[in-house]
Amino acid sequence: MARSTLARTATGLVAALSILALSACGSGGGSSDSDLVKVGFSQLGAESGWRTANTESVKEHLTEENGIDLTFVDAQQKQENQIKALRDFVDQDVDVIAFSPVIETGWDEVLQDIKDAGIPVVLVDRTVDTTVEDPFVSWIGADFTAEGVTAGEWVAENHPDAKVFELQGTMGSGAQTNRQEGFRSVAGDQVIGEASGNFTRTEGKEAVEAALQAYPDMDLIFAHNDDMGLGAIEAIEAAGKVPGEDIRIVTVDGVHDGLTALLEGKFNFVVECNPAFGDQLAELITQVAAGEDVPAETIVVDQAFDQTITQDVIDARTF
Amino acid sequence: MSSPTTRPPGRPGTVGRVVHHRLFWPVVALVLLLLACGLRSPGFLTVSVQDGHLFGQLVDILRFSATPMLLGLGMALVIATGGIDLSVGAVMAISLAVSLTYLDASPTAGAVPTVAAAIGVALAVAVVIGTFNGFLVSVLGVQPFIATMILMVAGRGIAMLITQGQITTVTSEPFKFLGSGFVLGLPTPVVVAAVVLVLLVLLVRGSALGMLLESVGINREASRLAGVPSRRITWLVYVVAALLAGVAGIVYGAPTMAADANNIGLMKEMDAILCVVLGGTTLAGGKFYLGGTVVGALILSTIERAVVIFHVPSQITPLFKALVIIAVCVAQSPRLREMIRSGVPGRSGRAAGPPTPAPTPAPAPTVEKVL
Repeated sequence: MARSTLARTATGLVAALSILALSACGSGGGSSDSDLVKVGFSQLGAESGWRTANTESVKEHLTEENGIDLTFVDAQQKQENQIKALRDFVDQDVDVIAFSPVIETGWDEVLQDIKDAGIPVVLVDRTVDTTVEDPFVSWIGADFTAEGVTAGEWVAENHPDAKVFELQGTMGSGAQTNRQEGFRSVAGDQVIGEASGNFTRTEGKEAVEAALQAYPDMDLIFAHNDDMGLGAIEAIEAAGKVPGEDIRIVTVDGVHDGLTALLEGKFNFVVECNPAFGDQLAELITQVAAGEDVPAETIVVDQAFDQTITQDVIDARTF
Repeated sequence: MSSPTTRPPGRPGTVGRVVHHRLFWPVVALVLLLLACGLRSPGFLTVSVQDGHLFGQLVDILRFSATPMLLGLGMALVIATGGIDLSVGAVMAISLAVSLTYLDASPTAGAVPTVAAAIGVALAVAVVIGTFNGFLVSVLGVQPFIATMILMVAGRGIAMLITQGQITTVTSEPFKFLGSGFVLGLPTPVVVAAVVLVLLVLLVRGSALGMLLESVGINREASRLAGVPSRRITWLVYVVAALLAGVAGIVYGAPTMAADANNIGLMKEMDAILCVVLGGTTLAGGKFYLGGTVVGALILSTIERAVVIFHVPSQITPLFKALVIIAVCVAQSPRLREMIRSGVPGRSGRAAGPPTPAPTPAPAPTVEKVL
């Protein structure tokens, strides 16, 4: 008991200290310059490289130079942490609350409280399912369906005869359902098999090992993220085949390792899911705080890369 | 082994003994699954030599069985004493976080001595955790379920504290070798798991320890009065379970070398319990079967693979897994076997038999885990 309590106390202390440190900076800046927009941002955690890049981008752009006094809280993938952070934001009477909800449901009460307090909410990347009317003023994030469509169009155009194995993300997640829907709306006829790799490299590898056996004629893999695609490379190489040639790989995300694989010719096409939209978020929040009309949805622009990518492009990226 | 005295007279014989062996149904299930995969997809059962090591679906299955097997073996000992260890998944995460953070901080992450030190530190931390669990259960008398749940919940927080909430990734060939390398043509995790199995069998069956474990599980108080050091034995099994979970975390995480504190070992405690139960050990404590646990782990990884081989749509894979596991558990039900043994007409003893009026506690965690 003693150890665990100690660990919890330690975790709590670290969390409390970091909040204190952040709010200390905040109030220091706030008193000298009252024009700053006070923003509470609750990030859902650091479950992937993508999320880390997203966090960095948010912190980089929501700064005092851009007129924003940011309180950033990491929820470590727990809804109760996130709800607590949101309530703290209400108590601190911030001007705008922005958050990436860890799951879709269970936000009714806290969103109602925020609404009663008259604080506008901007949703980032993910969305909520709630009974509260007009729970948020704007949503900013990537369009997963469009990413799937982009991948599907490339396949349909360049490899119309390819037999596709679809390596799905965690079943039921927005990224999985929408990327699949988008891809299949264009290249659905070409999909001969599917399995979930839970967005991880290990499980992606395992699924492809089995798929190599189960679908001997497959010659293209569409992976819902880079990590599973990287797992697929390992499985294909272990089977004595050449990834990118014998079996082509199309992925979504565009993280550093994924683009490096593209440069090496092991991936064939990567649709970016851009996490670096801190600048667009900062602009949106400033508009919301000023009471301007904002679009209900802001779709982050995604690029796509094929094997003509250069090392310079990869180096220039922040994630 | 079921006690021969309960068998109705006049029905022994070799066939009967084989059929009534506790490992019979799990092994039948495993063989049937493998054969079905082989029929569905020719070449599934082929094992070839490639780049100087064994290659094939069966080898992959062995490799993926190593993690649940390591966890399951430790869990079997804990369950034998009538306890349960829910913290093994979190211990996997902590062990990997510790070793990778150590490597990350070291300038010589690629050197063998550094890797050995990293593993040493990780396993030492695992032993400390096991000692803590064992202390709660054996000295303070906290219910094992509650005692180990503390670290199941808080353990991920500790792992997160170690990695500072980020996913620590390192590059180190010797460390990676533990997960994706080959020893004598076999994947390293398989060799590690096999060595652990042999050591454990020598430890518990080569000495009286196994019997003492069972006696503690059957009746702690009576064992203590008979002179069995039940407190020390109970303490020991939690240390062993945590140590094996530490090893499991390292071999599981080594191929990708990413310490993802949130997801490494998530729900793996349920896999471990499932392996033990599939292997014929009941959660009530007492008799335990290490061989059965190994078969349980193999069944688990074969099901994972069969899902893809049979082209099962992703939406219904949990259902497929649940059906197979329920079938194996029902086939093992003591009451069902009793009915078969006493010759209920029309019952061939297939897995699809009727549910028993009072099922063993076994299927309960099964359903919870898979659904």
